[in-house]
Amino acid sequence: MRGPGGDKAVVAGDVLLAVDAVSLSFGGVKAITDVSFDIRKGEIRAIIGPNGAGKTSMLNVINGFYHPQQGRITFKGTTRVKMRPHVAASQGIARTFQNVALFKGMTTLDNIMAGRTLKMRGSFFWQLFRHGPAMDEEIAHRKVVEEIIDFLEIQAIRKTPVGKLPYGLQKRVELGRALAMEPDLLLLDEPMAGMNLEEKEDMSRFILDVNNQYGTTIALIEHDMGVVMDLSDRVVVLEYGRKIADGTPKEVKSNQQVIDAYLGVSH
Amino acid sequence: MSAIEARETRLHLTTGAWAWLAVIAALLLFVAASMAGMVDPRSIPYLVIVDPFVQMAQAPDLFVQTIWEGLVSGVLYALIALGFVLIFKASGVFNFAQGIMVVFSALTLVGLHEMGVPAPLALLLAIFVMFVLAVVVERVVLRPLVNQPDIILFMATFGITYFLIGFGELIFGGNPKQMITDQLYLPKGAIDLKILGGFVSLQKIDIAAALIAAVMIALLAFFFQKTRIGRALRAVADSHKAALSVGISLNQIWVIVWFTAGIVALVTGIMWGARSDVSFALSTIALKALPVLILGGFTSVPGAIVGGLIIGIGEKVGEFYWGPLVGGGIESWLAYFIALGFLMFRPQGLFGEKIIERI
Repeated sequence: MRGPGGDKAVVAGDVLLAVDAVSLSFGGVKAITDVSFDIRKGEIRAIIGPNGAGKTSMLNVINGFYHPQQGRITFKGTTRVKMRPHVAASQGIARTFQNVALFKGMTTLDNIMAGRTLKMRGSFFWQLFRHGPAMDEEIAHRKVVEEIIDFLEIQAIRKTPVGKLPYGLQKRVELGRALAMEPDLLLLDEPMAGMNLEEKEDMSRFILDVNNQYGTTIALIEHDMGVVMDLSDRVVVLEYGRKIADGTPKEVKSNQQVIDAYLGVSH
Repeated sequence: MSAIEARETRLHLTTGAWAWLAVIAALLLFVAASMAGMVDPRSIPYLVIVDPFVQMAQAPDLFVQTIWEGLVSGVLYALIALGFVLIFKASGVFNFAQGIMVVFSALTLVGLHEMGVPAPLALLLAIFVMFVLAVVVERVVLRPLVNQPDIILFMATFGITYFLIGFGELIFGGNPKQMITDQLYLPKGAIDLKILGGFVSLQKIDIAAALIAAVMIALLAFFFQKTRIGRALRAVADSHKAALSVGISLNQIWVIVWFTAGIVALVTGIMWGARSDVSFALSTIALKALPVLILGGFTSVPGAIVGGLIIGIGEKVGEFYWGPLVGGGIESWLAYFIALGFLMFRPQGLFGEKIIERI
């Protein structure tokens, strides 16, 4: 199966995405101040920090929802200051959202098919008649989507409108839609928020499998420290929009500033 | 069976339902009394409740004719409502300018023909003008106002309305024009059907309008359900940010939607223009789309169609049979009245999405 990330050989260590001195503010409110870090090919990179530290803003900057006032972002060797979200998507950045953003009126299948939008190139003319090349294309894409559905173990809800699904399954469908894009970089915004222990374990397994089987690079935001320490290769810690630590989970865990930020410090 | 179970299986009716049953029973009683000759045929209750139906039964050909007239204007209402629904679904904007787009597109077609452009070419050019309009609206109005509150976008469509009125008058003049039906190979004349002991006259142009509308609606439905762009359109209608994240360009979708609404407007303009003439007064028919939308739900294409037909038939039948009681002219407000009646029972419209807020 040609899964997410394509069939390129994954060389861990190459820098896939570099964030360089990025600052972002809304009016007078500074969301991110002078943050730099990189994401290497094939790794799982966690972004953690207390509430309001600027984690989601950081993801929004990476996939083009927000345009930073200062700084540069280099993705796959190309540097850019501004980018529109659909362009970021076409370059291979997929994401999920903190509060699930699905197409609620559409079925699980259609939602994940929507993730194939950019891969579909058939001419409009043929699509209108559902014939010839368009039909072959539809079948090919459907095959990929079915494989993703099998992978995520959501066969049973294939034809269910996602608005009716429980929260945990919605999160899984959203992951499926992102995977359907065969992304080079997958951004997950709190993939386990609001889940029970069992659901968290399932989701952790899926994230690890995506990373192992397809070699997809993943950047994730997560609050559950246990999960972060287990899953991630390297961790960035933000506090009040600034980077306070960067390193392996072990290094970060023993960093005094991080301990202060999470446990509070007496003044 | 225990006492509790017995109580549960008994028929439960709310107070409201009992009240309605009482009203219906009273009406039936009144009709029965009328048939027995116990009611004065000149009394108001008789004229309102019984007499119109007696008329319908006595002259069925006239009744069929009235239904047909209602059906035809219903089709046109449905087309206008369809233009609204397309734009509302994809961008959440209530496009006040849909009415003037009908006039503007028809005016462009007729105006170009007056300037000496052959009819088929004028039609193509009119379609092209609607495309340019869609691109300009997206660039100049929607893109700068993205993420603004809906009411601001709504006001912006007022701006588009007045711009199109002024621009149209400037280029093509403000005089009413004749639709070029012959040059567009649209049929003229009427077919007289001899049925139910009388004549029912069907205008050929009306038949054509109904057929063209049906074909167009079928094409649109197919386009929405089966194509990649259709799937993208539905995705945008559901969630903007999710659509963006999978690589759908909002700008492109908006252009497509406004262009589609423009073509729908052009077809409406041709058909409506053929029945009366092409003038700016036509734009007020957009206000007729409002009760249709209330009835059908703002987000539903089938709703727009069924709503349009109900309003069209309802207002023609109401005007013909009940209008004379109050001296006629009820057609102009009856549509709103019907819509209000429906709202009492289905606040979300016939086909609208029921909004359930999770708390």
